[in-house]
Amino acid sequence: MDISSWDGTISLAEFHVAARALVEKWKRVSSASPPWSWVSCPKQPWVASHEVSVEGYLSLENIILVSIKEEHDELLSFPQKEETSCSDKEESIDIATLVQSQSDRDEICYYDLHIVYSASYRVPVLYFRVYYSDGEPLEFEDIKKHLPAHSAKTLLDSKWTFITQEEHPYLKRPWYKLHPCGTGEWMKLLFQGDVSLARNGAAIEVYLISWLSFVGQVVGLRIPYEMLNQL
Amino acid sequence: MMEAQKYVWEGAIPLQIHLHESEVTTLPPPLPALILAPRIGYLPLLIPHIKPHFNSTLPPGVDTVWFEYKGLPLKWYIPTGVLFDLLCVEPERPWNLTVHFRGYPGNILIPCEGEDSVKWSFINSLKEASYIINGNCKNVMNMSQPDQVELWHSVFNGNLEAYLKVSSKLKLGTAGHEYSANLNSGSFVSRQSTGDTDATGQVKTGRVPVRLYVWGVSEDFDDLEDAPQIDSWDKISYINRPVEIHGEEGKCFTLLDAVKSLLPEHFQYKSLTNEESSKEEGEDEQKVPSEEGGENLSEDVESCYPSDNAEVKLVRIQGIEPKLEIPFSWVVHNLMNPEHFLHICVCLKVSQVKIPSDG
Repeated sequence: MDISSWDGTISLAEFHVAARALVEKWKRVSSASPPWSWVSCPKQPWVASHEVSVEGYLSLENIILVSIKEEHDELLSFPQKEETSCSDKEESIDIATLVQSQSDRDEICYYDLHIVYSASYRVPVLYFRVYYSDGEPLEFEDIKKHLPAHSAKTLLDSKWTFITQEEHPYLKRPWYKLHPCGTGEWMKLLFQGDVSLARNGAAIEVYLISWLSFVGQVVGLRIPYEMLNQL
Repeated sequence: MMEAQKYVWEGAIPLQIHLHESEVTTLPPPLPALILAPRIGYLPLLIPHIKPHFNSTLPPGVDTVWFEYKGLPLKWYIPTGVLFDLLCVEPERPWNLTVHFRGYPGNILIPCEGEDSVKWSFINSLKEASYIINGNCKNVMNMSQPDQVELWHSVFNGNLEAYLKVSSKLKLGTAGHEYSANLNSGSFVSRQSTGDTDATGQVKTGRVPVRLYVWGVSEDFDDLEDAPQIDSWDKISYINRPVEIHGEEGKCFTLLDAVKSLLPEHFQYKSLTNEESSKEEGEDEQKVPSEEGGENLSEDVESCYPSDNAEVKLVRIQGIEPKLEIPFSWVVHNLMNPEHFLHICVCLKVSQVKIPSDG
C-alpha cells in the first residue's frame, strides 16, 4: 500500500484481512478479556446462513467498560513500556472492572460493540448499545453520563452529527453509531505519522487495531498496550 | 432533462390516514385525514397537518407519532414515495395508513423528534452521498448556515427551483452527469481515480449513491395483485452500497447492470476493477423486457449463466418501472432524490425462499 497517495480508506476485502488480524491479536494479547468475534451474516433474508456470504461484522458483546472519568489521572500516566505480568493482568481485568454508575439506576451497565464496514465511506464504523443487566437499554442522557468527558462535550457541540442513532445494517434495530465522516482523514494522518508503519507491508493488519485505539476512546474502550506494538 | 426531475418533485401520494382505534376516545370516531404527501418528502413532516384533525379525540399524554401500514411500522427516514413503491406493490390510491400518537415502537424504529430529526437524517444522507461522489464531505460541511436553511426549506416545500439554486453550489454532479445528454453514448471509462482534485476540491470517484430495497419471491406472479404482501422488514434486504459505473468498449452501463452489480450473490457480474472479482464471463447479452406492461419481464438469459440464481422481476423507481436497458446515468440524474441518492425497489425471483425465523 502506497501510504503517500492513500486516502485512509480500505476495501471490503482489506477490512476482512484487518478484522481477522484484530481477532487473532486480541485473543493472543488479551486472553483474559472477552474476545472479538466475527459474525457472518447473509445480507438477503432468503439466503440460508451457511450459504456463501462474506458479509458480516466484528462483535464484542456484554462487556463492562471503565468510566474514563474516574481514571483521568491514570490516563495521563499510561504505561510506556512493558509491565510485569501483574500489571498485564490488571490491564485485562480493567475491562471487566465495575463502572461507577452515575445514572438513577445504580447498576452495572453493559456494552455491545460492533464494527461494521461502510461501503459508502470505505471505512469501519462503530455501532454500540448500552444496557442494564436485565437488558433494558439506557436512555441517551444516561449513556452520555457514562461517556468519557471529552466525548460528552463533543456530543454537546454536535448533537446530530457525532453519535447518531441509526438502524444497524444487519440487525435492523436502532443502535448508536459513531459518525464515520472524518475517519478516512485521520486514519491517513495516523499512518503517515508512523514511518515504520508506512514501510511495513502489513499496514492493513494493524489498520483496525489503530482505528479501534482511536475510536474506542469515545466509549471508553481501553486497548491493551501490547495490541499497539508492531510485533 | 429538466422535465423528468420536475415530475419527480411534483409527484405525490394521496394518503388516507386513520387514527389507530386504541387512541380514539370520542364517539363518533373521527374521519380519516386526507392528505397529498410529496414523494420526495417524509411522513413526519405531515404531522402538523394531520394532528389538528385528531387532536380532540386523542387520549391524554405526550405525542410520539408513528405511522403504520397493515401492521408494519413505517421507517420515517425513508422517503414517502419509496415506502409506497416498496410496500404497495399493487398501488393503492389513496394509500391507507394508520397513525399512532402513543406507544412508539422504540425497539424497531429510531426515535423521531419531529422536523429536526428528519432534517438531520437528510443532511447526513447528503453528506454520505457527497462522500461517495467526491471522496469527502467538505462541500456539505462548509455550507453556510443560510444555504443549509435554504436547502432544507426547498426540500420541505418541494420547491425544485430553489433547490437547484442551492444544491448546484455543492457540485454533486455524479460521474454519470456528463453522459446524461447522450442516451446512446458508447463506452464509459471506469473512474477509479483516487487522487485527482480539480479547482473546486472535488475528486470524482465514479461511484453513485444508491439505496436498494430488495424483496424475494419464490414463485412467479403475473399480476401485481398476487404478489405477496410484505409484512415484516426482515423480508426486505436493504443494500446501501454505491454503484461503480464500469465501462466497456461500445457498451452502455444500464440500469439492469447497476442492479445486478449490487447483488453479487445472485448475479455474476463482470467488472473491471472488482477486488472480489467473479470469474471471467462472456459478453453480457441481456434480453430486453417486452414493451407491453412492466410486469411481464422476459426470461433472463439464464442458460448463459448457470451461476445466476435469480431473476429480476420488478424494478421500481419514483413510482415508475423504467426499461432496464436505459443508461444508468440517465436514471440517476433524473430520478434521484434531493439527498442525491437513487432509491430502487427490486423484486427478485429466487430459486428458494427461506422463511425468516421470528426474532
